[in-house]
Amino acid sequence: MTMLSALIAKGKLIAHHRPWPRAVVGGEVWRLAVGGLASGNLSLLGLWGDEATTVHMALLDETVVPNAVGVVSFECVNGMFPSIGLSHPPAIRLERTIRDLFGLVPHDAPDQRSWLDHGRWGDGKAAATAYPFLGAEGENLHQIPVGPVHAGIIEPGHFRFTASGETIVRLEERLGYVHKGINALMGGASLERAASLACHTSGDSAVAYAIAFARAAEAALGVTPPPRAVYLRALMAELERIANHLGDFGAICNDASFGLLHAHCGVLRERTLRAAAAAFGHRLMMDCILPGGVEKDLSSDGVLAVRSAIADIQRAFPALVQIYDATASLQDRTVGTGILKPELARKFAAGGYIGRASGRNFDTRRNLVYPPYEALSFDVPVVTPGDVDARVDVRVREIAESLKLVNQILDKLPVGAYREDVPERGGEGIALAEAFRGDVLAWVRLAPNGTIACCHLRDASWFQWPLLEVVVEGNIVADFPLCNKSFNCSYSGHDL
Amino acid sequence: MRRLLFQGIARRALTEKAPPVDDHALKELAARVHERSARRLGRSLAIREIDAGSCNGCELEIHALNNAFYDLERFGFSFVASPRHADVLLVTGPVTKNMREALERTYNAAPDPKWVVAVGNCAFDGGLFAGSYAVEGGVSSVVPVDLHIKGCPPTPHALLRGLLALLESPAGALK
Repeated sequence: MTMLSALIAKGKLIAHHRPWPRAVVGGEVWRLAVGGLASGNLSLLGLWGDEATTVHMALLDETVVPNAVGVVSFECVNGMFPSIGLSHPPAIRLERTIRDLFGLVPHDAPDQRSWLDHGRWGDGKAAATAYPFLGAEGENLHQIPVGPVHAGIIEPGHFRFTASGETIVRLEERLGYVHKGINALMGGASLERAASLACHTSGDSAVAYAIAFARAAEAALGVTPPPRAVYLRALMAELERIANHLGDFGAICNDASFGLLHAHCGVLRERTLRAAAAAFGHRLMMDCILPGGVEKDLSSDGVLAVRSAIADIQRAFPALVQIYDATASLQDRTVGTGILKPELARKFAAGGYIGRASGRNFDTRRNLVYPPYEALSFDVPVVTPGDVDARVDVRVREIAESLKLVNQILDKLPVGAYREDVPERGGEGIALAEAFRGDVLAWVRLAPNGTIACCHLRDASWFQWPLLEVVVEGNIVADFPLCNKSFNCSYSGHDL
Repeated sequence: MRRLLFQGIARRALTEKAPPVDDHALKELAARVHERSARRLGRSLAIREIDAGSCNGCELEIHALNNAFYDLERFGFSFVASPRHADVLLVTGPVTKNMREALERTYNAAPDPKWVVAVGNCAFDGGLFAGSYAVEGGVSSVVPVDLHIKGCPPTPHALLRGLLALLESPAGALK
């Protein structure tokens, strides 16, 4: 028996939770789970509050194939739960969020500051509560505050640098600026509205969120979408991955003032988005996926548009990669910059290219395989240097894999229905999907009338943002944009 | 690399013809833009983008305006890094309460005359997120808006049509 199944067996199993088990546990088992996280036997997949009474913790066991997932739930006593962050730091920001949004207090938590709550949710006009940043003392240290409004066309967040000359001594992030209250908006929402909210949690990962949400809802309802729908979803997901990787590859080069690759990648990204619009009616493929299937079918014109865009990229992209590899001035900026150590990637269960560039061999499409990926062949590139260059390298290889996947999907695309009606009934479901930046977790509890009773969405960024603070340490301030872009964490997906 | 550069010279430009100006946007502008400010700004506008709570979808499409197909700079628009250099504030998102002050301060930091363009359905009235405890519900509830470009997100084409309306004359004023 694995540690995870032993933990679940010690609790009270919830019958209508699918596909992985959930058990309500007492303080003792909860602490065992925390011990498992701290010792590295388990990884933290998610931690969220539920109706001001319960805290759920999703756990991943990577020692079995395919990996196992389980949820343990703790019913709070006097609004308190034993802190996880105390012995497992990746949980700290999630705990602070639970306190901000649900009023549940992590007992003995190492960080008592609020996180998403800036003290403005009352009438919105109140001045923000003062936020004590962590200190850094020493001779000649100076602080550089950046944001929330940044210089580029990017999302808002605050970075507080402490620097010694050009060298970053400490970076502290303060996020939450784009908190829209998605958790609260989900309560009572219809499946359709909830799917749209999920889609707009992080607009660059609209497809991945929609897939995670739809699969969680389908698990809760006990329905299986038609095979054609599942393939069309994967087609959208791979197009989304290609478009994002192309855009970011160019943008990283641009942050090293190498505009040529940015311009060429921009063209290829645009071709991908136009193909998506031709195939699915929306450039970012928003609101194209619903529980039960997909919004509309793919026409033969759509297939043609996708095939031709893919062929274009397959033709043009290798030359761009060659330029990246052969330009010493560019490599000088990316190689050895912003190194993430494999131990930390593992400890934080960092998903996506951030984990895979630091040796964490994890991809939900393979480790927690979901249809149609069991029928498709693809490699999950993993390297170990952990620097900006390694993250670029992983993304470049993932583009090639996704291009191959798109062709496989189109070759194997089943005929038949693309959508089926879903019943109105209650249940609980959990699902993960691989977004371009890592695993998205969706957990949903449906009320008996089929509306959302509670829904939690966890972006991969939760476990990546804290690592950015670590990797920039000792780098020069001017390399921060490169480190940041090579991570490209989501603000909106994180701030909810 | 040399080959790629030569190809760029030999090949026809990817840049597409400018789309027609958005009539709806022209009408909205006619009511707000003053002749004097228009004459001073001429045909060169500096844009400062502000994400006031968007899902990042609008930002992706605003980014696309810089690619070879849309090439926004040929019309005299450029994105600048500081509101101090800006004529136009391009604001996205439902304006979260946590971003309200930052938006106000950025608006106040931009010199007059200035225009505010609200981009996306969220920026219009809060969109999908309207009614949440954490959002104000539309840019115009915080700073005065001269032009709305709707869409979720608006396509680069729609953004271009809206922005070009800024350069066109509502009453012969902007040329």
